[in-house]
Amino acid sequence: MSDAQTLARPSAVMERQKRAIMRRNLFYVALVVVGLVAPFVAYPVFLMKVLCFALFACAFNLLLGYAGLLSFGHAAFLATGGYITGYLLASYPGLTPEIGIMAGTLVATALGALFGILAIRRQGIYFAMVTLALAQLVYFVFVQAPFTGGEDGLHGVPRGELLGFISLSNNLAMYYFVFAVFLFGFALIQRTVHSPYGQVLKAIRENEPRAVSLGYNTDMYKLVAFVISAALAGLAGSTKTVVFQLASLTDAHWHMSGEVILMTLLGGVGTLLGPIMGAGIVVSLQHVLSQSPLGNWVSVILGIIFVICVLSFRSGIVGEIARMYNKNFK
Amino acid sequence: MTFMKKTLTASITLAAATSMAISTAQADISDGEVRIGYLADMSGTYRDLAGPGGEAAMEMAIEDFGGSVNGAPIEILSADDRNSADVGANTVREWIDQDNVDMVGGLVASSVSIAVTNVLEENNGLGIVSGSAASSITNEHCTPNHIHYVYDTYPLANGTAKAVVDQGGDSWFMLTADYAFGHALEGDVTEVVEESGGEIVGGVRHPFPTSDFSSYILQAQGSGAKIVGLANAGADTVNAITTASQFGLTQSGQQLAGLLIFLNDVHSLGLESTQNLLLTTGWYWDMDDEARAWSDRYFEEVGARPTMVQAGIYSSTMHYLKSVEAAGTDDPEVVRAQMAAEPINDFFARNGQIREDGRMVHDMYLAQVKTPEESTGEWDLYNILSTIPADEAYRPLSESQCDLVQN
Repeated sequence: MSDAQTLARPSAVMERQKRAIMRRNLFYVALVVVGLVAPFVAYPVFLMKVLCFALFACAFNLLLGYAGLLSFGHAAFLATGGYITGYLLASYPGLTPEIGIMAGTLVATALGALFGILAIRRQGIYFAMVTLALAQLVYFVFVQAPFTGGEDGLHGVPRGELLGFISLSNNLAMYYFVFAVFLFGFALIQRTVHSPYGQVLKAIRENEPRAVSLGYNTDMYKLVAFVISAALAGLAGSTKTVVFQLASLTDAHWHMSGEVILMTLLGGVGTLLGPIMGAGIVVSLQHVLSQSPLGNWVSVILGIIFVICVLSFRSGIVGEIARMYNKNFK
Repeated sequence: MTFMKKTLTASITLAAATSMAISTAQADISDGEVRIGYLADMSGTYRDLAGPGGEAAMEMAIEDFGGSVNGAPIEILSADDRNSADVGANTVREWIDQDNVDMVGGLVASSVSIAVTNVLEENNGLGIVSGSAASSITNEHCTPNHIHYVYDTYPLANGTAKAVVDQGGDSWFMLTADYAFGHALEGDVTEVVEESGGEIVGGVRHPFPTSDFSSYILQAQGSGAKIVGLANAGADTVNAITTASQFGLTQSGQQLAGLLIFLNDVHSLGLESTQNLLLTTGWYWDMDDEARAWSDRYFEEVGARPTMVQAGIYSSTMHYLKSVEAAGTDDPEVVRAQMAAEPINDFFARNGQIREDGRMVHDMYLAQVKTPEESTGEWDLYNILSTIPADEAYRPLSESQCDLVQN
């Protein structure tokens, strides 16, 4: 849809747009159906892990793909969500999981606001370094704080009963709950990206001085994007803790911040489905490789894949597929 | 998809298992196979401590046992936990849900071990922790579904501290990693040193992890203490020892006491920087003929001398298989009871016994790292100085916080 076409025949273009949206919605419905059927085909706990990381990657992608901000400290939000939820659920047996998850997400959101206020004053590599430094501070807090169990991690988090009556100890029930949480997060991101707010974000990504000259308070826009992203990362961490019944330092370590970048870039940065694809690939590879004779080489293989991805298809798998689709079918 | 296949096979085996359970008595090997999962760090920091060598040791044990128990073949599955608690817990959950794994062995990083034992308790499995150091595994984190086999921090700290003070090392400087694990180790050592008549003249806490130890080592040198105790682990210990050697700490009359250091660490650091280091170990490959004979076989297989963890994996797997054979079932509860009923005396463990909290107590040894002049070969690294009897080495049950122990 070029500008010239829009000017020439608005009705035809609108028709085409409508059809594109319908196609997209159909595609989403198909994906949801796949998600609903999946636990009968694959191992539910594995799928839940994929969904949690997919949500985490989607949250990260909102920031990198749509606001052009590369955060290197997203592990802090994942871990904060996880630890707070884990601590609350483990110490107050009366709490239902959704309350625990909400509390975890809320704290992660507050932390995101704090990080955001400090970090968005800088751009590019400085922004990444500030977020990394702040995330390392959080990491050391988790190492030292008595409630996290330090190196040993926080264990024995009960899955509990959703809303007080749906037992989540059943893997299938747990799966559908996680799936619902994921859909909520994804819908929120989808809505954000396609809203006027999302358009402004993209404008800032493309040319910030220009957006400023048009009268947008870009800092505020970036801060809001940062907070939404942190909140969803916290939601992913909280949900993950309920699924695995533990929270550990792995989630807070900067490796995790790196892993989410890998997932997002591999799947396709700036595409809605890319991070899901990327998370699926990375988690599956880790899963399959760690139980194979190639187990020692997981990091090397992931590294090679990353290098190939960056060198030969920079828009990621989904980005590349979208490009080919647009070239051949439009 | 492999998952589809897996689910399919799992449901078929499940169906088969159910029908078998109906047709035969309860006391039997579930689904006609004994499946052992080996979970350890295969690619990270602890690779040399357990890693692929531990898997080889486990395979040796299965081979030596004859490959089957009461006619049921023994199968081994292995996975890399990448030192991550959720990867470990997830793997074991899947092993139990889908592959019907009967026992999980290996288990190195303490966060992974605690996560896994929680999963095992929930699903009524059985785990044998061989690689972890944390004594909390059979203390506040004890479950009826796991055994802690090789060693823990209690004998390592207490054995070393007591022996060192007895030998005249009565003034200590503590170099402690600043997190819960380091603090616990420091606390244990302080208590023992003071009880034995020594004193702690100073200490410093370093962040975890640290790569530059120079200022800490200088402080240790300035303290005038006879002994510098290293209440840290892994890369921190290695860095501290390297720095101490560069600063000539041992040459100037002070001595290092390693509280958590293993054969592979000493081997990779070299004797030049580790000489005269005092440490406690659960086993040493060259300590007697029996140990040597097994180690020679292991050496042929793997190309390195076994650490106490790798030897412990062989020993524990063997003990497990013997117990399954004797009990005639792989039911975790029955096997666990059978394992505790039988004392363990083999090339690895002397006076070994599994207590009700899951702790396998056995004789421990105080060792000193040889000087380069004394050593006759690449792996000739320790002098065994004395034996710490099994009943003195580990935390007494009277001090236990484990729910399984009636105090």
